[in-house]
Amino acid sequence: MTKNKNKKLMRGNAVVGEAAIKAGCTCYFGYPITPQNQLPEYMSRRLVEVGGVFIQSESEISAINMALGASVAGARVMTSSSSPGISLKQEGISFLAGCELPCVIVNMARGGPGLGNISPAQSDYFQATRGGGHGDYRSLVYAPASCQELADLTMEAFDVADVYRNPVMILADGMIGQMMEPVTYDNYKPREIPPKDYILDGAKDRPSRIIKSLILNPHEMEEFNWKLARKYRIIEKNETKYEEFMMDDAKVAVIAYGTAARIAKGAVKRARNDGMRVGLIRPITLWPFPSEIIYRRAASVGLFFVFEMSAGQMVEDVRLALKGESEIYFYGRPGGIVPTPVEVQRLITRQYYQKGLI
Amino acid sequence: MKKIYARPKYLKPVSMHYCPGCGHSIVTKLIAEIIEEMSVADITICVPPAGCAVLTYNYLDVDTTESAHGRAIAVATGIKRVLPDRLVFTYQGDGDLAAIGTAETVHAANRGERITTVFMNNAVYGMTGGQMAPTTILGQKTTTSPFGRDLVREGAPLKISEMLAVLPSTVYIERTAVNSVAGIKATKKAIKKAFKVQQDDLGFSLVEVLSPCPTNWKMTPLASCRWIDEVMAKEYPLGVIKDTTRQTHKKEAADAD
Ligand SMILES: Cc1ncc(C[n+]2csc(CCOP(=O)(O)OP(=O)(O)O)c2C)c(N)n1
Ligand code: SF4
Repeated sequence: MTKNKNKKLMRGNAVVGEAAIKAGCTCYFGYPITPQNQLPEYMSRRLVEVGGVFIQSESEISAINMALGASVAGARVMTSSSSPGISLKQEGISFLAGCELPCVIVNMARGGPGLGNISPAQSDYFQATRGGGHGDYRSLVYAPASCQELADLTMEAFDVADVYRNPVMILADGMIGQMMEPVTYDNYKPREIPPKDYILDGAKDRPSRIIKSLILNPHEMEEFNWKLARKYRIIEKNETKYEEFMMDDAKVAVIAYGTAARIAKGAVKRARNDGMRVGLIRPITLWPFPSEIIYRRAASVGLFFVFEMSAGQMVEDVRLALKGESEIYFYGRPGGIVPTPVEVQRLITRQYYQKGLI
Repeated sequence: MKKIYARPKYLKPVSMHYCPGCGHSIVTKLIAEIIEEMSVADITICVPPAGCAVLTYNYLDVDTTESAHGRAIAVATGIKRVLPDRLVFTYQGDGDLAAIGTAETVHAANRGERITTVFMNNAVYGMTGGQMAPTTILGQKTTTSPFGRDLVREGAPLKISEMLAVLPSTVYIERTAVNSVAGIKATKKAIKKAFKVQQDDLGFSLVEVLSPCPTNWKMTPLASCRWIDEVMAKEYPLGVIKDTTRQTHKKEAADAD
């Protein structure tokens, strides 16, 4: 590996903040909640330095609506929270989707339901990928698995939000938010952003504009829903991201994302050392979900081993992707438990031999 | 022939959906007049609520964004912080501002956000069919207080303007009513002053307007106007609740020395 001079050792939460600033984010609104507090703390300093806007809001509800306002005014804006706070933001996210406004929302998820705990968990998958709020809408969801990916995906998230005029979520957890790794911000390749001809900045030398999601006529509302659906199909086509690791000859495909994927990667390497043909498919976007590659792999893979730090949420998408073509084994650890690669490998090995995949 | 009365320039030439005798239509027109008189149409951004005034963008010819129920002030905060030289105002009902959006209201006011709020107090939830609002008068019958609002059961009418007045960052708060010609004139003057407070960057300004809702009060428009004088204004006294514009100006002058 070549040494990158621009690499800096940083904590995950701060990486998101710095990546946002580097991507041109000028506004942040948020309310304290563990395990993401270093992010608003970082932004409270950095945004002042760059002449941006930082408000510690009175609640997550206010934060998402301030973010909506900043987006209305044309700014690049971010808000962040952890699971309970993300629940409170859902109405606002639905309004962002309905008004077709860009916004980046970060969820450093924790164990739940309820107040749960502050340990790393992946139990907000349904909430993130199924809308979370009300109405027929989708948010693009990135699932970074390292600090470098936090940097790359956060920067990309701002562009993607602007290109599609849609909320984009970064879904990680306290583990990724708290860990320190060397990162560079040099990987960012800015996309071409369409002109923001919808924002409100006063009707000077142009007709007045309206931003709204209220469409009382059901026929027009239906047409708008189809328009959104067409946009979502384009996002599915263009923005699906995944990583394949040692999949070429794999008989068992482990499917895991985020923190779980890091653990799974360790388990896969151990299994390979033991001579087993095991690989990893790591969804990087959770919506759109990399269904196609999973389906294609069913031709050569004997077992799909789904590992999540939840009681089983992404596994439903894997099932949908496979269309019954292959068997699934699910290993879930909800509640904030982070198993070791050894534990995961033990289960992979057992399945490998029980299924006679040798 | 000289034209002495015309549709304000920034009031779109459409008919309004408001019920006959509703205060919303009066205040919407006043705002259009003020925008024209202050020549601020090209810098104004309006944030209406979820409530009967949700369709304000169909009437006022200025940049306007929707907001979720209760969140207008938070949305306006986001806009104003990005565009500090624009004139940003919210237009909210009493359910929107004083129930579901109380936290947003109090904290935006306390931060001294440079925005103006037009607060339409009609003592009920108009849009959803006349349920009890935080501002409903004791004894007043609504669809969810069918025996009349009771102090022990439902608490007292919430005087949010007086509550906001104790915050150091609120600069100008006035309560008016649009049930008479004099009241309408006073309302226009108050909103104009509140906009001026914002333009002078002094702090948060709010005008509470006692506004008739004949439909849900189940009264004629005339009886509604009378009810404002005889009942509502007793609970919510009209007049300036807070005005520190002079002090703020004076302090600035002193600071400049
Ligand atoms: C989250 C949410 N809850 C409830 C509603 C339904 N709702 C719409 S307007 C409204 C109250 C309107 O009353 P008010 O704010 O006093 O305004 P008015 O219609 O009287 O002008 C309610 C409860 C909603 N739109 N969103
Ligand atoms: S219901 Fe009341 S507030 Fe709403 S438009 Fe009718 S009169 Fe006005």
